[in-house]
Amino acid sequence: MATAQTTALTRFQTLFLGTIGILLFLGIWSGLSLSGLVPKQFLPTPFEILSKFVQLLSTPFAGGTLQEHLLSSVLRFAYGFFLGAAIGIPLGLMIGWYRLLDEIVSPIFDALRFIAPIAWVPFAALWFGTGIGGPILIIFAGAFPPCLINAYRGARFVNRSLIEAAQMLGTSNTRIITEVLLPASTASIVAGLRVSAGLGWQSLIGAELIVASTGVGFMMVQAQLNISTSIVMSAMLAIGLVGLCIDIILRWVEAAVRRRGLA
Amino acid sequence: MAVITFEGVRKSFGHNGGGFLALEKIDLTIADKEFVAIVGPSGCGKTTCMRMVAGFEFPTAGTVNVDGHRVTGPGPNRAVVFQQFALFPWKTVSENIALGLRNKGVEKLEREKRVHQAVELMGLEGYEGAFPHQLSGGMQQRVAIARAYVLEPDVLLMDEPFGALDAQTRTTMQEELVRIARRNPRTVLFITHAVEEAVYLADRVVIMTRRPGRIKEVIDIRSVRTAEKWDKYERIEDVMDLESFVHWRTHIWRSLREEKSGQDR
Ligand SMILES: Nc1ncnc2c1ncn2[C@@H]1O[C@H](COP(=O)(O)OP(=O)(O)OP(=O)(O)O)[C@@H](O)[C@H]1O
Ligand SMILES: [Mg+2]
Repeated sequence: MATAQTTALTRFQTLFLGTIGILLFLGIWSGLSLSGLVPKQFLPTPFEILSKFVQLLSTPFAGGTLQEHLLSSVLRFAYGFFLGAAIGIPLGLMIGWYRLLDEIVSPIFDALRFIAPIAWVPFAALWFGTGIGGPILIIFAGAFPPCLINAYRGARFVNRSLIEAAQMLGTSNTRIITEVLLPASTASIVAGLRVSAGLGWQSLIGAELIVASTGVGFMMVQAQLNISTSIVMSAMLAIGLVGLCIDIILRWVEAAVRRRGLA
Repeated sequence: MAVITFEGVRKSFGHNGGGFLALEKIDLTIADKEFVAIVGPSGCGKTTCMRMVAGFEFPTAGTVNVDGHRVTGPGPNRAVVFQQFALFPWKTVSENIALGLRNKGVEKLEREKRVHQAVELMGLEGYEGAFPHQLSGGMQQRVAIARAYVLEPDVLLMDEPFGALDAQTRTTMQEELVRIARRNPRTVLFITHAVEEAVYLADRVVIMTRRPGRIKEVIDIRSVRTAEKWDKYERIEDVMDLESFVHWRTHIWRSLREEKSGQDR
């Protein structure tokens, strides 16, 4: 039998094996919950979750239907994510370009970036209560560092001679950032955006568990209080699906960037 | 006006400039509108010389001046054709060529006209919208040359600009460069490994020693060219057949050969 190292799998084989994996997972899960080994209110069957999921689309829970909660989550995410990108990318490029700024900003940044986004929850609660600012702050804390780091790395490792070429063509220092550093770092920046989106989306749910009165995270807490595991798991399913969609969009951007010859 | 002077230039790389000696005792004055070619063994510091005029590198000792002013950084009055092209991969051919003019604030119409002229001059018609990675090495090199020409700089710094071209294109480019130089002379520092090219193009040829690079010999080709009336021949191969050409070509060859064999020992 050929080993994984020697033969590449065909697309069909990959799909087939993946399906087997999922079926196996669902099978064991259903088995566990149907057999009574695990109490039903702790682990509902996949089918129950699915039907709950569909039900939540029309029956409001904790002040809204599933898609209404999702919408407010996605909006918060979008604010935090775009804020993180809008500040992180230019700042990253600038500290990658201006040595002095690097020396000033990097120590602060290096100290702050090891604080988990969720650790900002107390401040979020203190500053914003359950207003929209709190979750945005936490998403921002998740999304901002990868944007900054990847833009910084991109700018730092730009081919030296491209910068020299721009200089000899009379490009000013500030315009080198937009003419050279930004396009040369695009691939790195888009990769950073993907990480950012992942972290931002994860932090959002965490934030909503605590400092929000709408959103999927909030819905999960309410469900937990009612000991409604199937709602909790429906919400998790929704979170996973939306996260996947966000990643697919960014992957598509990444591919488009490659095609433009920017990678 | 653009006079380039090297005065007692030494250049070393490494720890605080104290590590590795690349160039030593470089004294050279390049007159306004003079075409000087530098030849020398690989690694002798030709590119480094050029980079000090461009303002990318600074002498460890001595000075490099342009028009009596010490070079403090790069600028569009000294256009560079890089050995490795250094085209912007995200810009099309015309965008690459146009950047310098845009930086100068040249009007859009005027800019398009000049870019078009440069494209025609370099035989790049039909590729204006292509990205560098879609071009052959030779075509990329021509874009790099066009990008420098279009600025009409006081000083042109060319680092083996025809290195990636096939023999025929190379010949055309050399003849074209001579035509351009006659019509619109400017100060040129031209680095090459091809001895014929140096003799054909240059007013003076500077031969460098192997590392650490020093100036071994400076040959005045211009006086030979005038005396032997090379300019009345249109084609490079006719000039290359002349006895005076062969003489100097062979002289430079021998001189370089000595350096090379010294290096191998
Ligand atoms: N930035 C640098 N740091 C350290 N050493 C360098 C640097 N730039 C050049 N050198 C060294 O200086 C010497 C001269 O380099 P240079 O590129 O000027 O040679 P060259 O004559 O242009 O060679 P070639 O004909 O191969 O292009 C080389 O030995 C090179 O290794
Ligand atoms: Mg070189």
